[in-house]
Amino acid sequence: MQQANYPQTFIAGKALNKSKSLKKSVAVRKSFSQIKFEKIFKSTLVLIALSVVIIVLAIFLTLVVQSLPSIKALGWKFLGGKTWDPVSNVFGAYPFLIGTLITSFLALIISVPFSFAIAIFLGEYYPKGWLSELLKNVIELIAAIPSVIYGFWGVFVLVPIVRDLETKLGILPYGIGIFTASLILAVMIVPYAASLGREVVRMVPSALKEGAYSLGATRFEVIKNVVIPYAKSGLFAGILLSLGRALGETMAVTMVIGNSPIIPTSIFSPGHTMASVIANEFTEAADSIYLSSLIEMGLLLFVVTVIINVIGKRIIKRFTNE
Amino acid sequence: MKLFKNIKVAATFFLAASLLGSITTQAQGDDNTILGAGSTFVYPLFSKLFSVYHQKTKLQVNYQSIGSGGGILQLTNKTVDFGDSDAPLTDDQSKKMGADVLHIPMCAGAVSITYNLPGVNASLNFTPAVLANIFLGKIKTWNDASIVALNKGIKIPAFPIIIAHRTDGSGTTNIFTHYLSAVSPEWSSKVGSGGAVNWPAGLGGKGSEGVAGLIKQTPGTIGYVELAYAVQNKMPQAKIQNAKGQFVAPSVASTIAASNTKLPADSKAFIVNSATANAYPIAGFTWALIYKEQNYSNRSGARAQKLLQLLWWNIHEGQQYCQGLTYAPLSPSATKTAEAILKSATFNGKPILK
Repeated sequence: MQQANYPQTFIAGKALNKSKSLKKSVAVRKSFSQIKFEKIFKSTLVLIALSVVIIVLAIFLTLVVQSLPSIKALGWKFLGGKTWDPVSNVFGAYPFLIGTLITSFLALIISVPFSFAIAIFLGEYYPKGWLSELLKNVIELIAAIPSVIYGFWGVFVLVPIVRDLETKLGILPYGIGIFTASLILAVMIVPYAASLGREVVRMVPSALKEGAYSLGATRFEVIKNVVIPYAKSGLFAGILLSLGRALGETMAVTMVIGNSPIIPTSIFSPGHTMASVIANEFTEAADSIYLSSLIEMGLLLFVVTVIINVIGKRIIKRFTNE
Repeated sequence: MKLFKNIKVAATFFLAASLLGSITTQAQGDDNTILGAGSTFVYPLFSKLFSVYHQKTKLQVNYQSIGSGGGILQLTNKTVDFGDSDAPLTDDQSKKMGADVLHIPMCAGAVSITYNLPGVNASLNFTPAVLANIFLGKIKTWNDASIVALNKGIKIPAFPIIIAHRTDGSGTTNIFTHYLSAVSPEWSSKVGSGGAVNWPAGLGGKGSEGVAGLIKQTPGTIGYVELAYAVQNKMPQAKIQNAKGQFVAPSVASTIAASNTKLPADSKAFIVNSATANAYPIAGFTWALIYKEQNYSNRSGARAQKLLQLLWWNIHEGQQYCQGLTYAPLSPSATKTAEAILKSATFNGKPILK
């Protein structure tokens, strides 16, 4: 496929070689240098594309090699263990795994109604106009704000509000915990699903929609029966993007989650996540098993992300095949 | 075929790149720049000291405050000239160093117990047992009989106690947990001591500012931060009963009193729960770490000389800058011990300082 262009150029070159005029030989040289350039350009592209694959593989290999001491020392106990005790070298990732999954999925549940509403509103109701532009830019801005700022906002605004709520509910008023972390995360991940959703909603062919209208469907019926079924794989891909962001978010979460490696008893209890524990404890982890366990935590986070992505891709594929 | 060739090209490229990378990390910079890494606890003092020293001698010191653990790791990998740690090396760490490492005390610091109790501005009194029981999660409310008995005349409200601790590994935690282990057998057996421990109760904040944030915001919270941090942020600080039975508030003077003890020859000692009069019990040293034999990785004799002179200056002239930054300068006996340790450093087996 890619070589289809070469024969033509060569034939042209041969034809030109027959005539001896200076002008034409310049042209020949030029066309050869063009061929050379094409080759260099192509191999540069391949090199850059491959380098991404190699970097991902290298990261994975580094994580595996560096976590070998902890894998050897702790084995499967690392996955199922519930204590994280750097003093006696007992490391269990279970509370962190649970914390990461609960905060991410809770955030997703909170954010999906918002991101879908925005996607449908901007894609279907107001695709053009100043209001739509304003909304679109503001939502993109949400994604551009550094996460530490969300953390600050969480600590100074959201935490006191949640604390008041907890006092009213009669729970120990920490203010920080899994619920607060999920709320912050929900705000942070809205733009990912919303932007992608808006694009796919706009791509629904107007012929389909007009057909439905002509059959007497109301706007809501068109959205429900035409737009959403047509756009669902795109909408789901947006959710997947959001989830990926939520799983790896570190700074904002660590500022409001309470950083206690316990199995959470309610959504208001403090918790801990994999990304937070790595960020928090890496600097002072001088013992070899300790350091290696933190790297194994990174490996676990890597694997969890890959698994969720693979499952997500499967689901998207099934949507598209239908 | 074509793809295979491209992969080969890419592989060569990466091999070359990684080789280049490994060469650059081996380089140690020029001899007029000394590299250090480690404790964040001592960083404010070090940045002051090194900037003064630079003005005097034109020697650049590049100190990265990446945490004690990171400093130890970088010294093990020989990428820095000195590390700095808030705890002496453990056996495991010494073994990995592969050579003798000297601990030179730089200064001492105190850890303050601070709290947010609405309506209480006075400095509360704590005994070691009460403090340990609070952090073990056994005393759950502020108006517990044991706390009230220690603070007669102060009206203590009935708030639940929320504990705030450091979630990141830190020298501050190390000193505090060493103290709790020293005064409470239960803490020692259940939790132990270290830069990061398995806390029986409470919330974790990232960094001193994280803990301070938790305390300031949440009524009923108790936690610990470095003395300097508590002073700068005007946080209430508790008086702790020392081994002599006195209730002592954290200050530079009471930290000096705690550090004014006879140190072992290698200076590796914790000074928590001091029995000296007027000593604040939760205090500790921070140590600069260097290899005893300075001729390694093609380092020059001049470089070793400059490093030793810098550390010598730190424990003498440099000490005058401690008080202003709420660190405790070394006591005369600690300075003597540090001098002897510095003099034991060698280059090719010959002592560097005379």
